[in-house]
Amino acid sequence: MSQQLNDFSDELTRLLPAGALLLSAEARRPYECDGLTGYRELPAMVALPQTFEQVREILRLCQQYQVPLVARGAGTGLSGGATPHSEGVLLSMARFSRIIEINPRARTARVQPGVRNLAISEAVAEHGLYYAPDPSSQIACTIGGNVAENAGGVHCLKYGLTVHNVIAAQVVLMGGDVINVGGTALDTPGYDLLATMIGSEGMLGVVTEVTVRLLPLPDAAKVLLAAFDTVESAAAAVAQVIAAGIIPAGLEMMDNPAIVAAEDFVQAGYPKDAAAILLCELDGTIAEVEADIQKVSGLLCESGARTVEVARDEAERVRFWSGRKNAFPAIGRISPDYYCIDGTIPRKAVAKVLAGIEQLSAQSGLRVANVFHAGDGNLHPLILYDASKPGEFARTEALGGQILDLCVQAGGTITGEHGVGLEKINQMCVQFTDQELDQFHALKAVFDPDGLLNPGKAVPTLARCAEFNAMHVHGGELAHPQIPRL
Amino acid sequence: MDSFVESLQARIITAGESGTCLNIVGGNSKHFYGGVPHGEPLAMDVHQGIVSYEPTELVVTARTGTPLVELEQVLAESRQMLPFEPPAFGAGATIGGTIACGFSGPARPYRGAVRDFILGVSCVSGRGEYLRFGGQVIKNVAGYDVSRLMVGAMGTLGVMTEVSLKVLPLPVIERTLVFDCSGNDALVKMNDLGGRPLPVSGTAWHGGRLRVRLSGSEMAVESAALSLGGDLDIAGASFWQALKEHRLDFFGGSDPLWRLSITPPAQLPDLPGEFLVEWGGALFWVRGDDPQALVALARAQGGSLTRFRGSERSASFQSSGDTEAALNRGLKKAFDPTGILNRDRMFAGS
Repeated sequence: MSQQLNDFSDELTRLLPAGALLLSAEARRPYECDGLTGYRELPAMVALPQTFEQVREILRLCQQYQVPLVARGAGTGLSGGATPHSEGVLLSMARFSRIIEINPRARTARVQPGVRNLAISEAVAEHGLYYAPDPSSQIACTIGGNVAENAGGVHCLKYGLTVHNVIAAQVVLMGGDVINVGGTALDTPGYDLLATMIGSEGMLGVVTEVTVRLLPLPDAAKVLLAAFDTVESAAAAVAQVIAAGIIPAGLEMMDNPAIVAAEDFVQAGYPKDAAAILLCELDGTIAEVEADIQKVSGLLCESGARTVEVARDEAERVRFWSGRKNAFPAIGRISPDYYCIDGTIPRKAVAKVLAGIEQLSAQSGLRVANVFHAGDGNLHPLILYDASKPGEFARTEALGGQILDLCVQAGGTITGEHGVGLEKINQMCVQFTDQELDQFHALKAVFDPDGLLNPGKAVPTLARCAEFNAMHVHGGELAHPQIPRL
Repeated sequence: MDSFVESLQARIITAGESGTCLNIVGGNSKHFYGGVPHGEPLAMDVHQGIVSYEPTELVVTARTGTPLVELEQVLAESRQMLPFEPPAFGAGATIGGTIACGFSGPARPYRGAVRDFILGVSCVSGRGEYLRFGGQVIKNVAGYDVSRLMVGAMGTLGVMTEVSLKVLPLPVIERTLVFDCSGNDALVKMNDLGGRPLPVSGTAWHGGRLRVRLSGSEMAVESAALSLGGDLDIAGASFWQALKEHRLDFFGGSDPLWRLSITPPAQLPDLPGEFLVEWGGALFWVRGDDPQALVALARAQGGSLTRFRGSERSASFQSSGDTEAALNRGLKKAFDPTGILNRDRMFAGS
């Protein structure tokens, strides 16, 4: 540890109560990675503050001693956004786990950033309310992390992302200044700093309080399960539903490898010989849902669905969803490791992109299963690999990069909801020009001029892009795929 | 990139070098809003046309000079709409000006604001650089959310050339219910409606009458109308249109008009002039010339006051905290270092 870092660590020792600063390698070890376990780094120290004042002081000291800081919620992120910095402090917000205030009349809840996503809905259920964004990690992930990543879920098309459901936040800036962005009124003067903060991947500030908007629980929700013989007909069916003026609460597609894995794992009732299935959830008033179910069933049949089943009761609804919700662990069962990709594409391109993925998969010799938030175009190809085989992770990453290139070429984007983090930093060079990246850096500098918050994440330096572009071949093989790349 | 964008870049670079301020003008329908426009007019209405629109993707991309009415017409032909129901405030209104001002109509509390439906923006920054942020897909978290930052920024961060927006299906039917009630009763009722899973798409109270608009499928609207009671307003559609465009009698005359955006109060605040409430109690339009009292009220009620029409233009927007204000200045400088774009329109002196 450098002298400066030592002095900083002494200051934190004085500031924080016993047990709130972890210095031994053993104690730091659990923080070395987030949900993207391929990237590991041991932080110089881990701070677990308990009060707002402690957070402020830590950020003030970071500025004074020029120490990098990486904030962390539950560490469920899938892009390495919370991968620690070896010369920096890892700031765990886990102890900020209090729901401060629930206001049923205003339908808002003010919570600390370490509150789990699902805990909000559980706490407000007695008022007939819920918090809409439901990332699949919602049992564990925290609202602070959701803000950092602009987390989505399976109900985005109708109910939006974190940015549509968080209305205010208190943020500590590097150096210790505090801002309040957004508010309980429906708009605020000045630039939309709240929107800037959401999805900024811990690069602009540390969120210390979040106010969320709550929605009334719908009277009824029903789910349909439709099976198709081709991916094309499933994709066409999605377009038909949207064209008919229906916005489903959830609309999910799975391809055959994903169906088989999920069915073997949880016996959700999926036909294992189907090329694709669609799960379509409709919610609203009881009468409305009944009418929509009829209409959507008809549309799915017309679009070539070979079977359409309506869940008869709540138990069956949960069972239909269980296959989709367990798709990731199901893949985990059939492969030693898997790597989840997070591209978004225009829905019309899904058949073409899936065909492209199949081709790339065959070339690389790595299997790919696809789950797709069909309503909003967010595609999650899961690459199956074995980390214990030398070079296989590097090949997996190369394949992941090619899949993201495919998404960008189809008019989409490299990340729909997981964030760029460390993982997709090279693909940022594909999606954005140097001038655009420069503008991002200029924006970052307004909030964090010394670049101490989450350094090396989210936005690549131009030098890095120059290096990446030199060895990157669009739509083809990487020149030296065996070279490990960060 | 087309020749218009190239000439725009050249114009902005030249203006930056000479320190010439540019006044971005779309349809000139919102010239009354914010600080007094000045500088060389930069006409955007020539940059028209829908670039792409696929109804089944729920996404439209248009050049910013495209007239709002034309865009809405094209969407309506596919039975779709801009969900935030933007006011035009004039026949020439463009989609660019709509996004830059960030105005949302009566549906705002129920369907969302402009910022909730912006997916991507192409723009030329104050440096003259052509930049594209966001995209044409509904979920996208690559890079900072510059598209949303542009909404309501009044052109001070960049001259938008194209915008991509999420659109939604038009409701199958709409009904407006009228209730004769006091303002306090209206606030209670508006709040109650917001807390139930009903297809409400607008609420407004003025002069002892509460109007509630229901939009959606026939079944949902009819059953909600039945359970809510009240009288059917057969002229409902024209009421909401007139409210949105400020053509109700309330908005006439020359008294200054203030926009008070606050946390919906449980009881009517003591307002120093005639007023109209919409957005479920979150938006008060107030006439008169006593901004001091209104600013105090806005602060007490967790909101802000905006001068809308009349009165002193240099003080159109309420100031925020010092740190927030410094960030606003920093962002302006990061996008427009020489401060030539719509100077003084949003913040005095920058």
